[in-house]
Amino acid sequence: MMRYSKNENMLTPEENKSLKNFRVAVIGCGGLGGYCIEMLARLGIGSIVCVDGDVFDESNLNRQLLSEEALIGYPKAKAAEKHIYRINSNVQMTAFDMMLTEENHEKILAKCDVVVDAVDSIDTKLFLQDICEKLDLPLIHGAIGGWYGQVSTIMPGDRTLDLVYKNKKSIEKELGNPSFTPGTIASMQLAEVLKVLLNKGEILTKKLLFIDLLNHDYEVLEF
Amino acid sequence: MNIEVRLFATLRTGRFKKEVQTFERTVTPKDILDQLDIPIEEVAILLINGRDGQFDTELLDKDVISVFPPVGGG
Repeated sequence: MMRYSKNENMLTPEENKSLKNFRVAVIGCGGLGGYCIEMLARLGIGSIVCVDGDVFDESNLNRQLLSEEALIGYPKAKAAEKHIYRINSNVQMTAFDMMLTEENHEKILAKCDVVVDAVDSIDTKLFLQDICEKLDLPLIHGAIGGWYGQVSTIMPGDRTLDLVYKNKKSIEKELGNPSFTPGTIASMQLAEVLKVLLNKGEILTKKLLFIDLLNHDYEVLEF
Repeated sequence: MNIEVRLFATLRTGRFKKEVQTFERTVTPKDILDQLDIPIEEVAILLINGRDGQFDTELLDKDVISVFPPVGGG
């Protein structure tokens, strides 16, 4: 398809063809999630599950790709579904206008190949690590706060977040988030998703990429 | 005994990026954080010589500690 012609030289024909067979879940459709969902769809991932029980408010407009003035009060997951169908109608979107819970996660994540962490609370990130381990799913962790962000690929059993969050008082509560940090970290997460799906390149397993956009520090920590 | 202390992100504000500190006695990362007025609950990642470390480990000469705050937004 001409749509994917610009993907074709960086992936093999077989890899390109395989993308439509994957199902990726994005938990959280806000700052990170909006960019992740859009990039998955443009990449040609066949099936995207998006999960968020929240609605847009005015304070989201500075950074959340899916937010619009006309969508204030509208469910984020539903907005993601509508947005993606305008971009790539070949993608099968499944939107859950609800939070992921102990009760619903098995049904929501059924048949997924990878889960993307785009949630905004450390407790929920640790919950995602638990359920992905239980379901034997790779988790692509991303987190942001102000000028700072981090990415890690957590394979079942790694428990990397146990070491990354010795304490849970996120700086994001004080710093907020600008327009550019979500896109930076989401892009890193998407590269990890693609490499995990295609078993290609080096991934950040048992590692954490920590990014400081204010001072240009890019550290890969090993655990 | 010289310990290199590396601070990241918001922990640098009003402090420094990297500094070698000299101590006459044995110290732990917690002692150093106390001296820098960094509460332990504001530390998410503590590395000693690039590996996950504990706050109460007795440090050795030329050890390097790296300290990161919790980044948890989405």
